[in-house]
Amino acid sequence: MVFVFSDNEKIAIEMLAKAVEISRELGSKPSAVVLGRDGQEKARKLVAAGASVVYLAGQDMDEIKAEEGSEILHSICKEVDPPLIMIGSTKTGKEIAPRLASLLDAGLSTDSRKLYVRDGSIVTERIVYSGNGVATERFASKPAIVTVQAKTYDPLPPDDSRGGEIVTKDIAPREYGSKILKVESMVSEGANVEDAQIIVSCGRGFKSSQDLKLIEDLAKSLKGYTLGCSRPIAADLKWLSEDHWIGLSGHKVKPKLYVACGISGQIQHVAGMRDSGIIVAINKDENAPIFKVVDYGIVGDLYTVIPKLVQAINEKA
Amino acid sequence: MNIVVCAKQVVDVGEIKVNPSTGKPVLEGIPKKISDIDKNAAEEAIRIKEKLKGKVTVITVGSEDARERIKEILAMGADDAVLIVPPEGADYHVISNLIAKAIKDMGQVDLVLCGEASIDMFSGQMGPRIAGAMDIPQLSYAFKIDAEAEKITAERNMGDKRVVSESTYPVLLTVTKEINVPRLPSLMQILGSAAKPIKVLKAPDMNVPDLAPKVVLEDVKGLAMNRKNLIFKDDLDQAVKDLAENLSKDGALG
Repeated sequence: MVFVFSDNEKIAIEMLAKAVEISRELGSKPSAVVLGRDGQEKARKLVAAGASVVYLAGQDMDEIKAEEGSEILHSICKEVDPPLIMIGSTKTGKEIAPRLASLLDAGLSTDSRKLYVRDGSIVTERIVYSGNGVATERFASKPAIVTVQAKTYDPLPPDDSRGGEIVTKDIAPREYGSKILKVESMVSEGANVEDAQIIVSCGRGFKSSQDLKLIEDLAKSLKGYTLGCSRPIAADLKWLSEDHWIGLSGHKVKPKLYVACGISGQIQHVAGMRDSGIIVAINKDENAPIFKVVDYGIVGDLYTVIPKLVQAINEKA
Repeated sequence: MNIVVCAKQVVDVGEIKVNPSTGKPVLEGIPKKISDIDKNAAEEAIRIKEKLKGKVTVITVGSEDARERIKEILAMGADDAVLIVPPEGADYHVISNLIAKAIKDMGQVDLVLCGEASIDMFSGQMGPRIAGAMDIPQLSYAFKIDAEAEKITAERNMGDKRVVSESTYPVLLTVTKEINVPRLPSLMQILGSAAKPIKVLKAPDMNVPDLAPKVVLEDVKGLAMNRKNLIFKDDLDQAVKDLAENLSKDGALG
């Protein structure tokens, strides 16, 4: 049984497409685990997406605590003995996967972007050194655990006629010394940078939050835009909410066009947008590292360049 | 309060170049440092010690040359350090078990602090793995911590959610870069750090039963960015025209 788990349903469905494929090679079957409430409804979607079996557990949990989530997954794994466990690379997935790996004495490779079987071993590739390298890792033991980011795999078309078993597991986790006191939704401005086709991003080159109007003008001249930003704008200055944050610990994006304005190009930012189609930068510092990773760059003060560029683009369109 | 901080010595990833003939990233000769977010963890540990009294021990897994970098954290205010020299090919499984064993052998430890991830590999495995191996609670991605004598509260960045959690001791926390600004030690503190003990442990002497890696690193290839790299400058009126022209040719203007 190849296992798929994510608290993000979309990633679970994407991973199932890969689980279906790799199960054939391993002579196994694709399965999924759903933790939390409303499991039946979610399970049916996962069956339609390719799961032969869906396990429901932790039905009384509002929030998944890492200690409990990993304990429940561990208990199901003990029974089912999966050769491969795929976990969605959300924050919850990333705190559960290593703890589960520890409980199972298993290997884990994070943010796997390629997964295949070679001579009976599971092999994976992941990005290391902030985007400067690709590591190939081979699992020397069973089970193999990987975490997988959104959009790594294309989902199978949903098929409601597909048959699958839904199994309810009654597993009561132990008591832990930790508890969740409060859960708040992060202030969201509804930006979905991961799905955006065109992203215009801002960084420390802007002197005040009012000046962000400049990139909104630029963004409007490029149709179908979304605003992005580097770490300091979201995390330190809080001019934009965190759903705009692009980088290693923010969102990873791959739009057709990425325009970086006043972003120096720290390697952690580049790691979040390096797969973009066309990369453009505007920065007054000719030596800014961002210029090494662009298709087109303009060296100049963004306060001068952006209004001119808006005009030039409007004339073209 | 006995506090452990896990800190990793890493290569400065911003300085890595790819060797064009081998296609591999060149790591030799690249400056090394303590991973940025581990310094935030150290700063937080020292602040908690200043508030609640106690002791801060740094644990590093790495080569013997990590001593010099460990001294930076001793200078910041940590009391002593343990440097564990791992076996060849050690993976996260092996290293987390070595750290968990070293902590266990220290006697009573109330709080373990780690960075959310190291800046070279950015796996984020170590914190939760150590917590799992020690069978203690974990609070990850903390950007604000309030430690009291009997319990600790953390505000955590869980992506689209902000989660406030609390735990009794012992507990492991991972912190994000936003939590604080690590202090710069004074000259006196830097000089004083030379007298603080660094205990070196070799993995085979630590009585950890399973030192075989579960994951084998087979290869690391350099990832070169193939970009057009056309830079326009000086005449900005011309520069914006050139850019708009190119974007239009590429079909990027809709």
